[in-house]
Amino acid sequence: MLDTIGLKKIEDLVAHLPSGVRYHKPLAIEPGRSEYDILDYFKARGAENAAAGGNGYACFLGAGVYNHYRPVMVDTVVSRGEFLTSYTPYQAEISQGTLTAIFEFQTMICQLTGMDVANASMYDASTAVPEAAMMAIRATGRSHILTARSVHPEYREVLHTYTQHQGIPLDEFGYDAESGLLDIEDLSRTITKDTAAVIIQTPNFFGIVENVKQAAAIAHEHGSLLVVVFAEAVSLGLLEPPRDADIVAGELQSFAIPPSYGGPFAGVIACKEKWIRQIPGRLVGETKDSNGNRAFCLTLATREQHIRREKATSNICTNQALIALMATVFLAVYGKQGLRELAVQNLSKAHYLASKLKPRFSGPFFNEFVAQAETKSVSAINKTLESKKIIGGLPLEKFYPELKNTMLLCCTEMTRKPQMDQVAEVFA
Amino acid sequence: MSIQKVRTNPTQNEELLFERSSPGKMGYQLPDLDVPMVDAAEALGAGNTRSEIADFPEVSEVDVIRHFTRLSTWNYAIDLGLYPLGSCTMKYNPRINEQAARVDGMAWIHPYQPDSLSQGAMQVIAEVERCLLEITGMDAITLQPAAGAHGEFTGILLIHAALAAKGNPRKKLLIPDSAHGTNPATAHMAGYKVENIASNARGMVDTEALARAVDEDVAGIMITNPSTIGVFEENISQVAEIMHSKGALLYMDGANMNALAGISRPGDFGVDVMHLNLHKTFSTPHGGGGPGAGPVAVKQHLEPFLPIPRLARVGDQWSWNYDRPQSVGRVRAFYGNFGVLVRALAYIMAHGGNGLPRATYDALLNANYIRKLLEPYFDMPYKEPSMHECVFSDARQSKQGVDTMTIAKRLIDYGFHPYTVAFPLIVKGALMIEPTETESKRELDLFADAMVSIAKEVDETPDLVKTAPHTTRTAKVDEVTAARKPIVRWKRPS
Repeated sequence: MLDTIGLKKIEDLVAHLPSGVRYHKPLAIEPGRSEYDILDYFKARGAENAAAGGNGYACFLGAGVYNHYRPVMVDTVVSRGEFLTSYTPYQAEISQGTLTAIFEFQTMICQLTGMDVANASMYDASTAVPEAAMMAIRATGRSHILTARSVHPEYREVLHTYTQHQGIPLDEFGYDAESGLLDIEDLSRTITKDTAAVIIQTPNFFGIVENVKQAAAIAHEHGSLLVVVFAEAVSLGLLEPPRDADIVAGELQSFAIPPSYGGPFAGVIACKEKWIRQIPGRLVGETKDSNGNRAFCLTLATREQHIRREKATSNICTNQALIALMATVFLAVYGKQGLRELAVQNLSKAHYLASKLKPRFSGPFFNEFVAQAETKSVSAINKTLESKKIIGGLPLEKFYPELKNTMLLCCTEMTRKPQMDQVAEVFA
Repeated sequence: MSIQKVRTNPTQNEELLFERSSPGKMGYQLPDLDVPMVDAAEALGAGNTRSEIADFPEVSEVDVIRHFTRLSTWNYAIDLGLYPLGSCTMKYNPRINEQAARVDGMAWIHPYQPDSLSQGAMQVIAEVERCLLEITGMDAITLQPAAGAHGEFTGILLIHAALAAKGNPRKKLLIPDSAHGTNPATAHMAGYKVENIASNARGMVDTEALARAVDEDVAGIMITNPSTIGVFEENISQVAEIMHSKGALLYMDGANMNALAGISRPGDFGVDVMHLNLHKTFSTPHGGGGPGAGPVAVKQHLEPFLPIPRLARVGDQWSWNYDRPQSVGRVRAFYGNFGVLVRALAYIMAHGGNGLPRATYDALLNANYIRKLLEPYFDMPYKEPSMHECVFSDARQSKQGVDTMTIAKRLIDYGFHPYTVAFPLIVKGALMIEPTETESKRELDLFADAMVSIAKEVDETPDLVKTAPHTTRTAKVDEVTAARKPIVRWKRPS
């Protein structure tokens, strides 16, 4: 090959580089290792972590990342090289597999959320939330964003990071101290005629199911859009979809995505038909090929960065396509009946544990709730649990200083009764 | 009776999941509930629960595997052959990386479990940080950004924060006209005005024009190096000097780092901040459009501004440090696309410090070989030495009414995925070809033969080219109608 090119040695390929930019030292990285050594390394590092279900730990953490069983079918499908090793489906004629699956994904997200349009995925919910906020700003021509304090604290932090340099005023409104539901009076007080979006989460960070209709009525009365966020997607199998929202921004980790220390996950933005041209990210649309057969392709690309550059709706390019495929396969496996049954199991387990503890809030909850510790400190409780190979709940004081000595506990279909009873015992 | 199978191959007749469904079919089995079942309407309130998910799939396990397996056969993939998308670095994705990410102790870690129970994960993160700093020659790095564009956004926030700390975040970012679309889109999202910088006749940054453009309003420049025409910016150090002399910063888009790993380090040629695409240079699979990871590496002076949390060593333990008063804040929840980091580390370990530069040389060799074979047949507007990719134009073929997109569609008939079409914008009708190092000479020869054959067809049988593709399951797709009347979800026919 060098002969063909007309060079003598491989280093000649970089002979033209300006002096001073070449790096002549060997990289200080160990020499190449075998598959066996590499796998061994990761197994050894893995053994230094607690892994729910993996090395005997039971885990009661939720808070945006949920331990749900992953049907074997999911990895079977996403491990197919045709899905795993293909690029973004720009060449529609040879990407119909990915395009068809995304079209199904978009449809199922619409069916679950009650929206008309869903994009082909965002990085995760924490980045979908600011994208939804900016979408509302474009749609309304207003600039103020009002977020419930019961939205995941890290989503709110990311929203702050995204908005701070764009001069977007950001305010928050509270939750009701007794029920844990939105403080509707506080919402009415803080919403202004410049509010582009009211952002709420359901189930909220405390696991409580919000009254979306009521929040929508107030937002709409003020000419603002309602953005509904979800972190626990399994709840959609059971909950009334947030039809009154204008935009839905959610996290799909619950749909067979491993917790994986926080990523990769997949977020999604869905919206009413009216806002389709404001939605960020990729969209797949149905069309026909030149033989008249149904075909799919990426569409409305004039919203996107590779066409519109600085006028695009977002800078997003690579998204989470394979993770969205995981979710699609998961939803196909569980289907209409299974997703509901799965949600009922989650609900039942959390309510069983809650019945043995003292929930901090009275609002209706799905698969997680805030428990108030009384005689012991939450850190002492978690320490004791750890000695029994149980990872306890998330102490909330870090995020909510007013919620002293409380923890957020989550139960899923993977949580077993004996461990729940142990948690109750340690709390007592 | 009408015949359902209208196409010859049975895998080419697959319906949508919704059309395959029939009431009551299922493909799951949950464990028995070991606690009393709760009545949903009672627990949540009747108004909060749904009766059903209308038209949701109802299929069996066999239905699921057949459905998705059939769909998969409609995709082209690296596993099937050369995937020469320029700037996308579609190299082989070693399967050991997938295995590593699926080890229980990597996959089933909750981000909120105590640091003391996550030391192995934190060690992996530390190791990825160390390797990427060694490869880039930078001083500090965050692994949090989820993809390249997210990394760009993070990097520009860092520039903003650093300049703001000196009293003035400034107003403009300079972006060469050869840049990826994400660059200007990012600058806009971060609140900066975009000023385009024209490339010179050799496709490089025009340093004299640059020196004139940089003033007290300019925060920085976003440069891709090697550039999107696959050429090393020969004046990169000078560009850095021009920026720095006016208090502005140099951002490097690391999309093309596959040309540099192990042979040249951005930290040594004046770059202040850059992102990497682990799903390009470090072989984590594209998966049909993600997930990726877009780490951002910086020089020391930008370190205080990196996103929270930062990995820190306290005694003999790793911990997360949130006490960073100058930080730009959080750019995403948790700690980044950890599963992608695991894959990238597995790749780095397999190559090692000795193998990474070898892979880079092979990438350059393959690109230059393709260039040599195709140069007699395709116009090449910028003739500077190629690094990891080469860019041709359709100038000769367009005289016969055949443009780059049409050639791309004909290439599909030869069994290859097309190159990147009509990008970069500084080349009219661009054909941007990046073979990567993982292609053999045999595969490159087949590809070159196909391209040469198409070039001849353009002269001899242009209609054959213009009506391509001819051999795919799906013929040419009508994208115009798709955009005019968007149908973006399935609905039950009424």
